[in-house]
Amino acid sequence: MARVIVDVMLKPEILDPQGQAIARALPRLGFSGVAAVRQGKRFEVELEGPADEAALEEVRKMAETLLANTVIEDYTVRVDQ
Amino acid sequence: MSARVGIVTFPGTLDDQDAARAVRLVGAEAVPLWHADHDLKGVDAVFLPGGFSYGDYLRCGAISRFAPLMRELVPAARQGLPVLGTCNGFQILCEAHLLPGALTRNASLHYVCRDQRLKVETTATPWTNAFAAGQEIVLPIKHGEGRYVASADTLAALEANGQVVVRYLGNPNGSLNDIAGIRNEAGNVVGLMPHPEHAVEDLVGAPSTDGLGFFTSILKKLVDA
Repeated sequence: MARVIVDVMLKPEILDPQGQAIARALPRLGFSGVAAVRQGKRFEVELEGPADEAALEEVRKMAETLLANTVIEDYTVRVDQ
Repeated sequence: MSARVGIVTFPGTLDDQDAARAVRLVGAEAVPLWHADHDLKGVDAVFLPGGFSYGDYLRCGAISRFAPLMRELVPAARQGLPVLGTCNGFQILCEAHLLPGALTRNASLHYVCRDQRLKVETTATPWTNAFAAGQEIVLPIKHGEGRYVASADTLAALEANGQVVVRYLGNPNGSLNDIAGIRNEAGNVVGLMPHPEHAVEDLVGAPSTDGLGFFTSILKKLVDA
């Protein structure tokens, strides 16, 4: 059984107030040296079969259709090693 | 003539009863529509009310978009059926690509619940023909994800085509261009974050009865048709 990871992030030009709030909180907690934080979503898709090219294409379709809203979000698909 | 306005209920919808009441108040017939049915029951217009359909899981409106009823509603809306989505209804219309852009987390990260001053920018929709262009109104808003965003090209097109329907006077959520509501190119599909259905009667302490205009507009549109 293979696991495919789909990472979904807001597009760079879309304001991410949650990431900004985290970035502002870090110095208060004693963490220094952070220039910026962006928050996103990670989906772990367990396949019944191998993660071959056909299966990956299917996962890309899932991301395009449901997991990401491509108006505001980008996604990447990779096999978990 | 007939003026049958369908009110859609998803699991987690909150404002369907208020919407149905507002429809009846102006003398139209409110027809309940169920998310799991493949049936628009021959209605003349559809109201997508607010709430937290499917618990806002994944993204607001992302799952509702694929409900059986939406498979009927999307092609009907593309054919010209008047559709109004408020709050979660607006989010669903954007996820379904019936309206451009998307609604994201408020810039303040706070849920906002207040009476909101607004300006009606266009009366050229079946839902706003009872207003005067430029009219100032007050409606309740209540949302955590109401920040309207779209690409620069889309925003420019919305402005150039007169597709901004309602604008905030005092931006509560960081929406680009102060956009509170938009319409599609044809004009039959309108989405807005404020809640006209909560501002139709003095009795309930609403800030105004300005919401009535949206309902008298669709009634007039259907009766005149």
